[in-house]
Amino acid sequence: MTTFEAILLTIVTASTPLLIAALGELVTERSGVLNLGVEGMMAMGAACSFAAAVTFDSTILGVGAGMLAGMAMAVIFALAVLGFAANQVGSGLALTILGLGLSGLIGAPFVGARRNPVEPLSVPVLSDIPIVGRLFFEQDLFVYVSFLLTVGVALYLGRSRAGLTLRSIGENHVSAHGLGLPVLRVRLLAILFGGACAGLAGAYLSLVYTRFWSPGMTAGRGWIALALVVFAAWRPGWVLVGAYIFGAATVLQLHAQAAQFGVPSQLLSAVPYLATILALLLLSLRHGRAIGAPGSLGAPFVPDR
Amino acid sequence: MTADVSSSQPLVELKGISKRYGDLLANDHIDLTIERGEIHALLGENGAGKSTLVKILYGVIEPTEGQILWEGRPVAIGSPVEARTLGVGMVFQHFSLFDELTVAENITVALSGNWTLSRVRERLGDVSRAYGLALEPDRAVWTLSAGERQRIEIVRCLLQNPRLLILDEPTSVLTPQEAEHLFVTLDKLAADGCSILYISHKLEEVRRLCRSATILRGGRVVGTLDPRARSAREIAAMMVGAEIGEVRSGIPHEPKGDMLEVRGLSLAPADVHGQALRDIDLTAYAGEVVGIAGVAGNGQSELFAALSGERTVERADIIRIAGRACGTEGIDARRRLGAAFVPEERLGHAAAPTHRLSENTLISHAAAEVSRSGFILLNAARRLAQGIVKSFDVRTPENDPQARKLSGGNLQKFVIGREIIRRPKLLIVDQPTWGVDAGAARLIRQALVDLAGEGSAVVVISQDLDELFEIADRMAVIHQGHLSPLRKVTEWTKEAVGLEMLGEAQLHGASHAV
Repeated sequence: MTTFEAILLTIVTASTPLLIAALGELVTERSGVLNLGVEGMMAMGAACSFAAAVTFDSTILGVGAGMLAGMAMAVIFALAVLGFAANQVGSGLALTILGLGLSGLIGAPFVGARRNPVEPLSVPVLSDIPIVGRLFFEQDLFVYVSFLLTVGVALYLGRSRAGLTLRSIGENHVSAHGLGLPVLRVRLLAILFGGACAGLAGAYLSLVYTRFWSPGMTAGRGWIALALVVFAAWRPGWVLVGAYIFGAATVLQLHAQAAQFGVPSQLLSAVPYLATILALLLLSLRHGRAIGAPGSLGAPFVPDR
Repeated sequence: MTADVSSSQPLVELKGISKRYGDLLANDHIDLTIERGEIHALLGENGAGKSTLVKILYGVIEPTEGQILWEGRPVAIGSPVEARTLGVGMVFQHFSLFDELTVAENITVALSGNWTLSRVRERLGDVSRAYGLALEPDRAVWTLSAGERQRIEIVRCLLQNPRLLILDEPTSVLTPQEAEHLFVTLDKLAADGCSILYISHKLEEVRRLCRSATILRGGRVVGTLDPRARSAREIAAMMVGAEIGEVRSGIPHEPKGDMLEVRGLSLAPADVHGQALRDIDLTAYAGEVVGIAGVAGNGQSELFAALSGERTVERADIIRIAGRACGTEGIDARRRLGAAFVPEERLGHAAAPTHRLSENTLISHAAAEVSRSGFILLNAARRLAQGIVKSFDVRTPENDPQARKLSGGNLQKFVIGREIIRRPKLLIVDQPTWGVDAGAARLIRQALVDLAGEGSAVVVISQDLDELFEIADRMAVIHQGHLSPLRKVTEWTKEAVGLEMLGEAQLHGASHAV
């Protein structure tokens, strides 16, 4: 394996959790709910999946526990913003803080433990293609799932009746309610899906990316996932592109630091974030206005009865 | 009383329907019977309880007490889906559409059952042709005019073969020809056995269409009658509980001095689906009301934006206000020349929804008495708001409420009053009485005529032809960004205006090759 290939491989690894978490948040936001708690749900996913995987010595159980933990966090959020029509920004921030704290508590006994690498699954024939083959067809299951998820979310939103209902509710919940669409039920499911995705992304971090647990290991990836949704103008295809741009920026700045260009390492660490701002700027220049944001995003809904 | 209908059982009977919100009884023991194949009018001012009643019938809200009989059977309509299953279709007054979605998507999402996008697209063509409701399935709704949006609502219902169709103020955005077309459609639907509940405050329409009408006032039924057997004045009096006078014409005046002069105004649309303005000439003299008629989406909003200074033009002398060339200047500069503007959209454009009325005075009075060196003079603003509330009969639920808490009619009285109280030399107003009840509309029209009578120039952009014929001295029609010549209102007929609205007059004149 050449260095070049190795770098490309780490880019895939760095991008996958961003992609999964951002897709979940995208669906949540398209239903009109802004969940700023992605970071917290992800941290819980990472801690619980690692704890379960070590305890039962099973990756599958670990992944399941991670997703359940993300969903459990999402239930708390849904209770606040749907049940009590609480402010979504405030509730989301609280969820992040809760998740970071709680994950530290749950993960404490497992600090220092390690897991074996997850075996890659190679796709016959396709994995023999030079470079691309190794890169995309000899990966762990998570990577394939993330691609399938992208296609699935795109088809669901763009082609399915249920996706149309979800988009309508996100666009204008008053009209949607007037037409008899189940606003709160659809939003609950969307929030749960977002939680499951964040939990899965967290599981990937602790089971594949690092293979150990340490407090605060999500390191802002939940926030990056949130930014990606905006960057992608709420479209799944662009989330994929954005996640890989971001993943690449993260990996390349690490190599740049190692190569000692004489640039302060702090500045290089900031590169991915600067890249986001630049991308957002270019995007808004091209379209001339903020695009794609669901009309009812962030607004609490109380049905009139 | 209701007309004779051969079938024995009425389609719908409401018995003693009440809806209570806290202390407010929005519906007070309402009885209403709709026969099969009947077009039944529901009349009443804003706040009379029409919307509440209709929402109950469509399953959006639950009645506090009372019973609904559907073909003689008691039913509970728990949700719009159940209403649609029964066969109730609803065309909302405030369109229940999704701006970012396409026409076809907007229709699909509202249909129960196994409707797919492609099937909707297919049937959309049929229904559009059958009823003359032209729609492009793949246009996003935010690019459409109010008239086109309403077509979506109507088509959406028709696709479900409704047994009872509820229409809320359906003609407010149509040309006379389109309205007549709609009436023919409704007559046809009724003849096919579909019952129609027709909500309107345009009495002439109701008399044209309906043989029975129920009149609501203050949440109660004040009369069920045959609208053809009574005079419009009599019915209007029942609606408001008092006589509505006609708009007094202004003092006869010789137009003197042009307050607004527009020469060769052309403007590219603000977005890809907007309407370009093409070589518009327009003058308004002090002391007259100039009316601009036209179907929504023909450049009215662009014209308003250009006249108000929300969008500026490349040469100053294209627009002159009070003799001063000001085409390149913004709204505030134009206000300083003595102009005032009332845009079409009350909430969000003319007024900030969550701001109190006193704070909303700042929008157009900031340069004047309510602020000093950057600070708001709260007491002055409150006094000003109170003055407007008093002189324009704005009914508020509380002292100095947020703008969004006012009903449409009352907020419109407030925003127009806010501009008139400045005694502008030129007032430009877009759709002054859209969705406003009869009493408020009369008050607003009177205020506009009075302002002109005092020597101001008033330009009224409106889709309501009756309104323009009532108050305008001179009138022109806007069609696809082109303005017809201004003529005295007495020289226009409704047919001539209708032809201009459809662009047919230009075709006949052969001056434009389209």
